[in-house]
Amino acid sequence: MRHKLLQQRFGLMWLGYLVAIFAWYASVKWLPISSFQRLPDPLTVVIEWFNPDPDYGLSVFTVDYYLHIWYSTARATTSFLLAVMLGVPLGIMMGWRARVHEYASALLSILRPIPPLAWVPVAILIFPGSEPAVIFVTFLVAFFATTMNTLLGVRSIDSDYFRAAECLGAKPADILRDIIIPGALPSIFTGLQIAMGAAWFSLVAGEMIAAQYGLGFMILESYNLVQYPTIVIMMVTLGIVGYLSSAIIRVVGNRLMRWREQSLGLAGA
Amino acid sequence: MTDAAQILKTTADSGLGHLSVQHVHKVYDPHGVHVEALQDCSLEIPSGDFIAVVGPSGCGKSTLLNILAGFDNLTGGRVLLDDEPLATVDHAPRPGPDRVVVFQNGALFPWKTVLQNVVYGLLVQKRMPESEANDLGMELLAKTGGLDRIANSFPGQLSSGMQRRVEILRALINNPRILLLDEPFRAMDTVSKTTMHRHLLDIYDQYHKTVFFITHDLDEAIFLADTVVVMTTRPGTIKLRLDVDLPRPRTRETITSHRFLELKQQAVSAVHEEAKKAFERGERELA
Amino acid sequence: MAQTASMSRKPSLWRRIKWRGIASVVAFFVLWHLAVVVKFSGFAELPTPIQTLQTFFAEYIVNPDYWASWVVSFERVFYGFIIAQILGIPLGLLFGTSPKFRDMFFPVFELLRPIPPLAWVPISILFWPTNESSIVFITFIGAFFVIVINVYDGVGGIQKEHLWLARSLGATRAAIFRRIMLPSVIPSIAVGMTLGIAITWNVVIAAEMIASDSGLGRMTWEGYVSSTPEVVLIGMISIGLAGYLSSITVDWVESRMMPWQERR
Repeated sequence: MRHKLLQQRFGLMWLGYLVAIFAWYASVKWLPISSFQRLPDPLTVVIEWFNPDPDYGLSVFTVDYYLHIWYSTARATTSFLLAVMLGVPLGIMMGWRARVHEYASALLSILRPIPPLAWVPVAILIFPGSEPAVIFVTFLVAFFATTMNTLLGVRSIDSDYFRAAECLGAKPADILRDIIIPGALPSIFTGLQIAMGAAWFSLVAGEMIAAQYGLGFMILESYNLVQYPTIVIMMVTLGIVGYLSSAIIRVVGNRLMRWREQSLGLAGA
Repeated sequence: MTDAAQILKTTADSGLGHLSVQHVHKVYDPHGVHVEALQDCSLEIPSGDFIAVVGPSGCGKSTLLNILAGFDNLTGGRVLLDDEPLATVDHAPRPGPDRVVVFQNGALFPWKTVLQNVVYGLLVQKRMPESEANDLGMELLAKTGGLDRIANSFPGQLSSGMQRRVEILRALINNPRILLLDEPFRAMDTVSKTTMHRHLLDIYDQYHKTVFFITHDLDEAIFLADTVVVMTTRPGTIKLRLDVDLPRPRTRETITSHRFLELKQQAVSAVHEEAKKAFERGERELA
Repeated sequence: MAQTASMSRKPSLWRRIKWRGIASVVAFFVLWHLAVVVKFSGFAELPTPIQTLQTFFAEYIVNPDYWASWVVSFERVFYGFIIAQILGIPLGLLFGTSPKFRDMFFPVFELLRPIPPLAWVPISILFWPTNESSIVFITFIGAFFVIVINVYDGVGGIQKEHLWLARSLGATRAAIFRRIMLPSVIPSIAVGMTLGIAITWNVVIAAEMIASDSGLGRMTWEGYVSSTPEVVLIGMISIGLAGYLSSITVDWVESRMMPWQERR
């Protein structure tokens, strides 16, 4: 019964993909609307993508394709790690120590409404060259997301856990290691997921505005060079890389929070 | 190898755990709304005694427990533990392993296994190496109705009754002078509650710690305790002190015994009077 | 204890001011000023906070072009945001109420979701006849996925008891939808709106920098290109302010949508 249901869902999923791709193909090829006719159709895109000798120079068989992926991934990873290294400790201290919260929250609340992309020009002025500027902007969004979710996580910990630990003789270092970090972990990982998504978001914009190489750069560049299928290839690639990066975070999170899985799994059975 | 029972008996045998609450006052927000939670509260708890505090919600019984635990300070009077000042107006004690609390809603760390929870106190106090602590923990779990079989489960996988037993052991293993139980069985149905009473009494009969037990259930209080104290609604003070001379070990027959009903009769009007007062004042009645 | 804390009288104004917060904000501006004055690496070309303010009052507060940039950006945010709500809320409801439809099209939706909104810029320019409509489209993309996901989650979170109750009282499908489902997902819609408005500003600013000749984002970018860092900073602060104002507005709308929720 359950198996059959799954099979049905699986079938519907592929049907959905097919309908979507067909709709795309049909609207580009057969609709007499010039807007659609300007877009590349799915077949052309796939042929170009897997072409050993691509018309516009980028396919899975070219080195440059991977070079762009590598540049973007390296930038995203650098910014993300920086954000985690600074955001998680700051969030923890803000949630744990009222005084840190008082100092930091006012400053954060005046800086946070500024959309990260608005920092691009200033970042280019402050940092030597556009590369650190792009990384800085990407870092910034990821940093806010990480900090805020970590703070939320620490605050969501039931105060009885702190009291219980103190009763049992735990010192501040023990409380940090045994209560605050594991207690805030679910929320931290939610934050990391959001941070990763936001990082890719800003990275693409940053690369379009001020970078050489990278997926975002190449998307805009392909437009300028009238290589329309390449735009779609890069968009899809971006989607895949973005999806994989958040999947990795999810897997790591689940590994670190086995207690949650086991508890919930058994409670449901 | 260490013998858990031996270690845990030491405080009871040495007569430790004598608590003396003397004229304690507690006022919240003295310069603002000025809420008097406790007023001239005095109470003697001999070492090894099981005392149950009964009263309507908001009567200050939790406040008293928080003062004993070191979560809160007092604004008048003092508390002695084994004739040494524990809490005074100038000095609130830090929470510590000599006065461990078992919480109303349960506070086992969900991210630690049962065994890790039980030995947590021993490890953070650096009382013994980890392997020794684990041995002791397993021994204690095994002695308590074979709980060693769930040693590697996470608390979320256990029933709430099981969780509560583990939490009591987590407190007990530190060999505290006094166990502070804050309505630990409040959220339970009658059947599980009865089972939990059995388990708690088993532990008490075995280790004879001083127990400070908060509840709003008079039956529970009389069944478990040596002394039942009824508190008035806010400002909380001791309204009635009842010595429960029911023989131990207590059994199912205890509840239906003539003496039990007699004792209940003595206290029930006091409890209801205060509950009614609290209700009429618009306090939230928890049940 | 918590209840007594909330009962307490409001402290005096003097006590309520958060001195530590003010101190850190002041420190931030002082550090900025000092960094510029001592020509700390990278800061040599930037104006001080005071210079920025002076430029703003001398040249911008009465400059109609500056205020026109505000209007243009706000319009783009507004249209993108509203269209995202109009299309996103029904789609989220559809995903939530029709399992067949969800099984079929949610995977497609999930496939598109990880593509960052800005990656749509070239396609959008190709597709839409005017530059303006393509920017609105990208803005729409930014808010669309968030609102759909939130509404969909909201439908999943409806308490079954409410549905059962309605059914046992003989409510029709339409009545259940209107009386139970819609009100139940309002909080989720609100969350989607809060997140959506922030993303929308982000997207508009980037889109303006990349592919437009007007708006606050463009103004900021041109400040950089024409080496007038005062303009860059004025643009940035204006964008922050604009984003903040829209967030307040959205919060206000949300509070009107949910009269039963206590104001925080």
